[in-house]
Amino acid sequence: MKALTTLIAMSGFLREYLTVLVFGAAAVAMVGAMLGAGSLLRPKRAQLQKYISYESGVDPVGTGWSQSQIRYYLFGLLFVMFEVETVFIFPWAVRLEDLGLFGLVEMVVFIAILALGLLYAWRKGVLRWM
Amino acid sequence: MVAQNIVFGVLAVAMGLAAIRVVTTKNVVHAALYLVVVLAGVAALYILLAAEFIAVVQVIIYIGAIVLLILFGTMLTRAPIGRASDLDNDQRWLGVVVALLLLGVMGSVLADAFGSTKLPKAPQIQRTGDVGLSIFQTYVVPFEVVSVLLLAALVGAVVIARRD
Repeated sequence: MKALTTLIAMSGFLREYLTVLVFGAAAVAMVGAMLGAGSLLRPKRAQLQKYISYESGVDPVGTGWSQSQIRYYLFGLLFVMFEVETVFIFPWAVRLEDLGLFGLVEMVVFIAILALGLLYAWRKGVLRWM
Repeated sequence: MVAQNIVFGVLAVAMGLAAIRVVTTKNVVHAALYLVVVLAGVAALYILLAAEFIAVVQVIIYIGAIVLLILFGTMLTRAPIGRASDLDNDQRWLGVVVALLLLGVMGSVLADAFGSTKLPKAPQIQRTGDVGLSIFQTYVVPFEVVSVLLLAALVGAVVIARRD
């Protein structure tokens, strides 16, 4: 009996995520339909100029593949750090009301400690774009 | 249960094909993007196992952060990031042998440890809220220690990136 109830709960859980799947499929279908309709309806007269990337009406210089600056990597690392912070904020936000003031204090302490890191990066001039 | 098995089969095939493309594609950046497909498949597998929070973490950390670092890593090096034909070398059969050996070792270890364990018919559903309650009520101190760990990582990254 218990196995049956967990089985029913499980199928209910998966049905919730079926919504996510349907949503994603609808998004893909919409993009596909729009691009497909475009390629069916538009006239096709191939010219070399049409395949050049458009950037403010100026011809692009060099190729699209190029080595990027080391500066971006630091922003990438900062992004990873704050993304890990998000992972902890997310379950807290789900149960915000149950956790109450104590949970709020915990989260403020957590964010304050990480904000120290951001402050350090800022003071070191890492965030300045040169 | 049948629907779940079908979904698992579709996911497994998609992940397998994407994983093969990761190692066979001629473009390093495309390899990282195929890795996104594999990792998204892993997230979907976690959903099938009713581990909701782990699935979300998989999407946020692996697809969001790790793939970003891989992409930045390849774009920063002087490695050929466009199409490159000289990525292959003659070691691929050696690679196959090593991969098969690894598969055998990991498979035998798993079978040795969990071979006789039966999975429950329906897994225990782990909602994100339950994870939140256990982090913020039971494991308060470890949670705050994590913030110090992250702070240390952040400061370390800044120190390494700026040598002045």
